[in-house]
Amino acid sequence: MNILVGISAVPDTTTKISFVENNTKFNTEGVQFIINPYDELALTKALEITEAQGGEVTIITVGDASVEPVMRKALAIGAQKAIRVNTVAKDGMHAAQCIKDAIAGQSYDLILTGRESIDYNGGQVAGILSEMLDMSLINVVTSIEVNDGKVTAVRDIDGGRETVEASLPCVLSAQKELCEPRIPNMRGIMQARMKPLEVVEPSVDYSATNYDSYELPAEKGSVKLIEANNAEELIDLLRTEKKLI
Amino acid sequence: MVFVLVESEEGKIKKYSQEALTYGADLAAATGSSCAAIAIGEDTDTSDLGNYGADKVYHVTGSGLEAFSPGGYATAVADVVSNNGGNYVIVSGSYTGKSVAPKAAVKLNAALATGVVAMTDGNSIRKTCFSNKAFSKVSMSGDVKVITVVPNSYEIKSYDKAGSVESVSTDVGSSVKTKSISIDKVKGKIPLTEAELVVSAGRGLKGPENWGMIEELADVLGAATACSKPVSDMDWRPHSEHVGQTGITIKPNLYIAVGISGAIQHLAGVSSSKVICVINTDPEAPFFKAADYGIVGDAFEIVPKLLARAKELKAS
Ligand SMILES: Cc1cc2nc3c(=O)[nH]c(=O)nc-3n(C[C@H](O)[C@H](O)[C@H](O)COP(=O)(O)OP(=O)(O)OC[C@H]3O[C@@H](n4cnc5c(N)ncnc54)[C@H](O)[C@@H]3O)c2cc1C
Repeated sequence: MNILVGISAVPDTTTKISFVENNTKFNTEGVQFIINPYDELALTKALEITEAQGGEVTIITVGDASVEPVMRKALAIGAQKAIRVNTVAKDGMHAAQCIKDAIAGQSYDLILTGRESIDYNGGQVAGILSEMLDMSLINVVTSIEVNDGKVTAVRDIDGGRETVEASLPCVLSAQKELCEPRIPNMRGIMQARMKPLEVVEPSVDYSATNYDSYELPAEKGSVKLIEANNAEELIDLLRTEKKLI
Repeated sequence: MVFVLVESEEGKIKKYSQEALTYGADLAAATGSSCAAIAIGEDTDTSDLGNYGADKVYHVTGSGLEAFSPGGYATAVADVVSNNGGNYVIVSGSYTGKSVAPKAAVKLNAALATGVVAMTDGNSIRKTCFSNKAFSKVSMSGDVKVITVVPNSYEIKSYDKAGSVESVSTDVGSSVKTKSISIDKVKGKIPLTEAELVVSAGRGLKGPENWGMIEELADVLGAATACSKPVSDMDWRPHSEHVGQTGITIKPNLYIAVGISGAIQHLAGVSSSKVICVINTDPEAPFFKAADYGIVGDAFEIVPKLLARAKELKAS
């Protein structure tokens, strides 16, 4: 069982987001980058599957050299090897195209990604890759089982869950509840330094979208406080002022 | 032409698809074009789509479309769009839409933007990024643009359009690569992602046994229930209720947060809610800074009062 896991490096969840260059660029100063939390689940699940059934986990990241510490962390968690496509992805389509080209000629039974990255929140790469590589897709999954060349997964649907079966190779994207993310141990961290991290150049530099500018959400006006002994008033205000109930 | 994929449940058009249709109709008006709905499957009621903004409806049925599959649906959508000169494909950011849009975009060689909350003009959109901590204006190039619209971002308008239905029969069997084994719908509850009103609670409630009043308040208001991450991590509540940066992102009209501190990761998932009410014993809780209404007080005293008032109003 060979599994490819897409890993993206994203700002730590506590990051206070700000922009520079006239609000056209994300301000990375002082920002700590982490493995995208959903990708961490995808990686852990991939390791669980290969530990039970044999095989190898390769991680792939589209990014410049600054993402390597995050990739090393993924290797420390247990992936066997890593591929970095040396460019900054412009959007999901660009990232997926880079991944597709970088793995040309290799074969994977499963490709796992997070259900979205917490920076650009695209949620695109799994779907695009499945289409480009003509693989089956099960998106936003909370459970994965692989047996006899088939994968059975539970995916979130609107208002519930669906159990879906697909033949291999298959692309799946990880949702919370899939597994508990692993924390690298000392041995893993030592070994990670020696594991292969291959750098490949991108074959495309094209994207059909451009992030022109950014803005922060409008500040909330100050909160209207209601006395605790008069709490019922909240319900009245929601009804009369906001017409919500 | 602008195409909008509409989803339905038990024959009825989903609210988020009505929103997507409004988006499509607005976009068609802004670009001097017309708006067509794509409805898939036998049991979709296509009769109202003109009122929601569709000039025309393509009702696609056939082999491979008996049940949802990302491949089958994406092929059906892409075929209709390319056979009829589509320039835009609008899809709701539902779970179905999120599976279909990327695949359809590849098939159509299109630009793809997801998480869209507003249209700026025909060539650019406004989308969420950094999990709702920011927004970006994104310009899109190319002949075909695929856009997924975040549910509850667009106010539904009513139209008086023809909505004439053209039946399309097709066979997308070879694109179907997944098989649905079973579907487990949450019964008798409003799905969190579709809820307009949400009552949410955190660790301040001390234990799962105290959720009765939260569920009751939600029930009386017609709201869905949600929770903070530690609450679902401790299995006080199901994971499907966890909202925030690493849970579900929601955008209801009303979010009532009880005993939740308002950590940055929690706020990321809920801060787009239109009205936020916070109930917390700690006047310094960060959540008050993001709130429209606040009550500093003990949930175990406040929530029963709210409940009593809501019941009173409901009865009258
Ligand atoms: C990588 C990462 C991702 C995360 N993602 C998320 C996420 O997606 N969603 C999320 O929610 N969190 C997330 N968190 C956790 C987040 O940082 C907070 O720890 C969490 O939101 C706190 O939950 P809470 O407010 O329920 O609990 P607490 O922080 O313990 O707050 C409890 C609150 O209840 C109040 N309180 C206590 N008793 C009462 C009472 N009787 N009546 C009224 N109020 C009372 C307290 O004053 C306090 O403000 C994430 C953390 C990390 C590190």
